[in-house]
Amino acid sequence: MLTVTDLSVSYGAINAVAGISFEVPQGGIVTLLGGNGAGKTTTLHTLSGLLKPKGGKITFCGEDITRLPSHQIVARGLCHVPEGRMVFANLSVAENLAMGAFLQTDKAAIAETREHIFTLFPRLKERIKQTAGTLSGGEQQMLAIGRALMGRPKFLMLDEPSLGIAPRLITTIFEKIVEINRAQGITILLVEQNANLALEISSHGYVLETGRIACSGPSEKLRTTPQLKAAYLGG
Amino acid sequence: MTEFLQQLLNALSLGAIYALIALGYTMVYGVLRFINFAHSDVFMVGAVAGCLIGKHLPTGTWWGGLTCLLAAMIVCSALGMFIERFAYRPLRSSPRLNVLITAIGVSLLLEYTFQNEHVFGAAPRSFPQVFPQVVWQLRGLTLSSNQLLVIGVALVLMVALQFIVFRTKIGTAMRAVALNPRAAQLVGINPDVVVSFTFALGSALAGAGGILYALNYQSVEPLMGVMPGLKAFVAAVIGGIGNIPGAALGGLLIGTIETFVGGSQLSTYKDAIAFALLILILLFRPAGLLGRSHVEKV
Repeated sequence: MLTVTDLSVSYGAINAVAGISFEVPQGGIVTLLGGNGAGKTTTLHTLSGLLKPKGGKITFCGEDITRLPSHQIVARGLCHVPEGRMVFANLSVAENLAMGAFLQTDKAAIAETREHIFTLFPRLKERIKQTAGTLSGGEQQMLAIGRALMGRPKFLMLDEPSLGIAPRLITTIFEKIVEINRAQGITILLVEQNANLALEISSHGYVLETGRIACSGPSEKLRTTPQLKAAYLGG
Repeated sequence: MTEFLQQLLNALSLGAIYALIALGYTMVYGVLRFINFAHSDVFMVGAVAGCLIGKHLPTGTWWGGLTCLLAAMIVCSALGMFIERFAYRPLRSSPRLNVLITAIGVSLLLEYTFQNEHVFGAAPRSFPQVFPQVVWQLRGLTLSSNQLLVIGVALVLMVALQFIVFRTKIGTAMRAVALNPRAAQLVGINPDVVVSFTFALGSALAGAGGILYALNYQSVEPLMGVMPGLKAFVAAVIGGIGNIPGAALGGLLIGTIETFVGGSQLSTYKDAIAFALLILILLFRPAGLLGRSHVEKV
């Protein structure tokens, strides 16, 4: 569904991503792992058009989307839940969700998606009138995911959904991610520092190290790879 | 007492005009974080456009007046979008100072282009009385229909603006872009469209302000935007730049101070006192009267 070929991105003279290639099959969950500064977030920002690559190619559903602006990428069904959630803090939960559906025109479909999100995250319904900035970290993460789902994505990119969230909520969020994938058939690309958790729910993983792919393989195998264990899984 | 009420009426109408201009400064600041110094000249172009269009309209009719007002707003909207598209957008990713200097350049360009005699000329022209004009005497109070018109139109426009910003999709998108431009892009908002719309909206208000100002002061010339523009900018800062209700409040405040000081024995110092108050307010509330980090920004 998504094919990335020899992608490189740089900030001025610094190469943040230096020629990576990977693939996400339709209906799957694929994870990008790696430490701080490995280039994970940069990769996602490039995929969603916030950053322009220096070289390489991004193909989504057979179409070259490498140099499309963000709003056109979203229109094609590729939505991004950014790191740090980035909810619109002064807007209410309802308004945040409405903005997620910015490109949707079918009112009935929007209402239906919204109801679906409320069954997925009942907490959001309780907080519907509250401004997003007053929600807890976990609730904001739910809202960020809900907002992205409002765009009716075929493909969802999640950047560090476990970051800064109470431990008991992390499990809930990951369960929901699996549910979104299974029940709605939305393909997922997950970026995580919590490698254990990410490898548990994904089928395939790529490990980034200073802008390059250090190793990759089925998640089962990666979990037992000695070098990965030492680096990210705590021995 | 009568004199107080009279001055209050003058203050309200002047303040309403400042408020209309201030809203444009504050909205553009909200989405782009820069001060559009050419905004005061968009206000001038509104008055000039009204002056030129008004000549071909009958005097003293409601439809003629409203046509003139609407036409000036449309002209200014188009001008605002044009300036943004060709002067500011190419500089979107360069340092903010460059855009600021460009804005000053655009401002001077407009002021001196309109001073050319083939365009408009430097000499003040009188503004056609397109709206019906009535003066009522009420217990010693002089009520002119122009003043009521200014207050009425400003009020209607501010309510309309409030509706657009807080109740429509594009208005919510404006607030979203103001809060977090990246996240706004990630939900599919095209920031260029939102920025264009913001300029259109702000410039239309400035255009309306230009007409109302010209109606009250009867004269139009290419540098007429400088002082009202400066005061409206101050009003936006006093209210808390980026804050819509703040801009309206700041406008009314500046208008009130100016009018009341102007009507007292200190009248020669009216601008000095208005600006001194600005300094005083900012000393105690550096973010402006309504400017707090969590208030609504557009």
